[in-house]
Amino acid sequence: MAARERPVKRAQVRDAGYDDAPQRVTRLVVLSYVVLTLGAVLMVFPFVWMLLSSFKDAREVLSPSILPSQFTLVNYIEVLTRTAFPRWFMNSMIVAVSTTISVVLFCSLVGYVLALLRFPGKEIVFLLILSTLMVPTEMLVIPWYVMSSQFGWINTYWGIMFPGLIPGFGVFLMRQFFSTLPRDLFDAARIDGVSEFGLFFRIGLPLVGPGIAALGIFAFIGNWNAYLWPLIAGQSPSMRTVPVGISLFSGEAGAAWHLIMATTSLAIVPVLVVFVIFQKQIIEGVVLTGVKG
Amino acid sequence: MSFESQTTPRSRISLSQREAIWAYLFLLVPLIFFATIRFWPAIQSFRLSLFTWHVDPARRLFIGSQYYEELLSNPVFIQALKNTLLYTVVTVPASIGLGLGIALMLQAVRHARGWYRAIYFAPFITPAVAVAWVWGWMYNENFGIFNRVIVEWWVFVERIGLPWLAIEPQRFLRNPEMALYSVAAVVIWQQLGFQVVIFLAGLQGIPRIYYEAARIDGANPWQLFRHVTIPLLNPVLVFAVVITTINALQLFDQIVNINFTNQGGPLNRTLSLALYMYQEAFGRARLGYAAAVTVVLFVIILVITLIQLRLTQRRVEY
Repeated sequence: MAARERPVKRAQVRDAGYDDAPQRVTRLVVLSYVVLTLGAVLMVFPFVWMLLSSFKDAREVLSPSILPSQFTLVNYIEVLTRTAFPRWFMNSMIVAVSTTISVVLFCSLVGYVLALLRFPGKEIVFLLILSTLMVPTEMLVIPWYVMSSQFGWINTYWGIMFPGLIPGFGVFLMRQFFSTLPRDLFDAARIDGVSEFGLFFRIGLPLVGPGIAALGIFAFIGNWNAYLWPLIAGQSPSMRTVPVGISLFSGEAGAAWHLIMATTSLAIVPVLVVFVIFQKQIIEGVVLTGVKG
Repeated sequence: MSFESQTTPRSRISLSQREAIWAYLFLLVPLIFFATIRFWPAIQSFRLSLFTWHVDPARRLFIGSQYYEELLSNPVFIQALKNTLLYTVVTVPASIGLGLGIALMLQAVRHARGWYRAIYFAPFITPAVAVAWVWGWMYNENFGIFNRVIVEWWVFVERIGLPWLAIEPQRFLRNPEMALYSVAAVVIWQQLGFQVVIFLAGLQGIPRIYYEAARIDGANPWQLFRHVTIPLLNPVLVFAVVITTINALQLFDQIVNINFTNQGGPLNRTLSLALYMYQEAFGRARLGYAAAVTVVLFVIILVITLIQLRLTQRRVEY
């Protein structure tokens, strides 16, 4: 009897759990799709509207039409010839690429040292670097500016780049990655006669690939989009980065929205293309830093 | 035997010393960087705030706390402080709440999850400066898309005989009561994807078995959310709150560019502390006074971060 009752009970429990669940779930799922799609439209719309506006001529951009009556590239040609956009692009490239190389190299090195080498004062060094995360950039730009004017760094690539060369955040991130590696591995290699440089470059670095990818992508995007410090350090026409350039150009362009939208498209579209290509790595990087970091 | 016992202690000492020497060799450049580019400027900012500004350090006059007293009595600073806190109070809960809601919905759907996630995330990595100009165009009073839709709607409801449904066109960026919220909407739009991505990852990290167990105990969906999802998501939630709070307290790019001809306006109602600092330092060459503003900003960020970290540690133990 008892043996017979038990399966019945289990079946009832299962029924109670699963009977009304599919109904509720499907209704919820349908609602989720609807809300998510509406939200996605809201997220995409500003980009679409920017592109549509950038293809309209000066008169049509102010008219109530939604689609351009004829797609014109005139605005892009005007922006590319009238402004120094190619120069801004090159400046941003130089700044972002150089900074990214420095960030990846130095943050990994410091992260490696703090995670895997034994030396006196390790905790203090780590705490000091960590404490720099508390200081907002706003607090540093005035002394940086005073310093840069003294040394003649204003309107130079070095002047725009130097504050971002070794971010404390990157050190923290890479230390987390190196902490997951076994120290025995490095001790064994050391006994086998691998040099300290070799330990870092040939054994450590290849094992933290995902961390380096995430850090490199963040450093590049962050420096590509940076505005406050480049605005202070690089205002001369030939030293503007893309954000500084579009900001000051659009400020002068006044109500020429067709040109402004062409400029912002030129700034945003490359970023979106890079995002589409490296989408997986970028989102994984955010997850790594946000959830596990 | 004698060979081993002689060399082992000596080589162990020299090995650990060698390791420490290498460690400091590797740290040499970074430590110089942190000392000169991070620590010294932070201290310098505090020092500058106690002196009148002059290019020649010998001609800076010590004035003590005078700038700080001036801050307290300066209505523009008070307004910037209020605005900055208001930006934080508006954008942090809104982006966290919306982000969590979207992440929960994404977890419920099976198809196109990656696509949705990518679409929501895209604005996060685009340059804030460009984004601000695009939104400034959409908010434009006479030609912006929002007011055009409002006018179309007006015409439509008049035609179908329901004129009371009509909405007035808005002065999104020029109405002092509205401008700050218009800017906040841009910030939320741009940051939402970040929350969605980390919350979704956090949700996926919660073992299904907890939900199964709670469901067998008869928990309803709200109880599941309240007593399983929220506590297990807590570390991620705290991280998101800290990051968005710090970002909100430092708002600059969007505010400068969305209303370029009247930065911080109308009537200083969108002015943030970061923009106020910039205007005082680089517009009016009052570097000492601007440094005092940044010291206040630093203290606010420090206090809020410490409070948030304290709250989280308490809950994690729970």
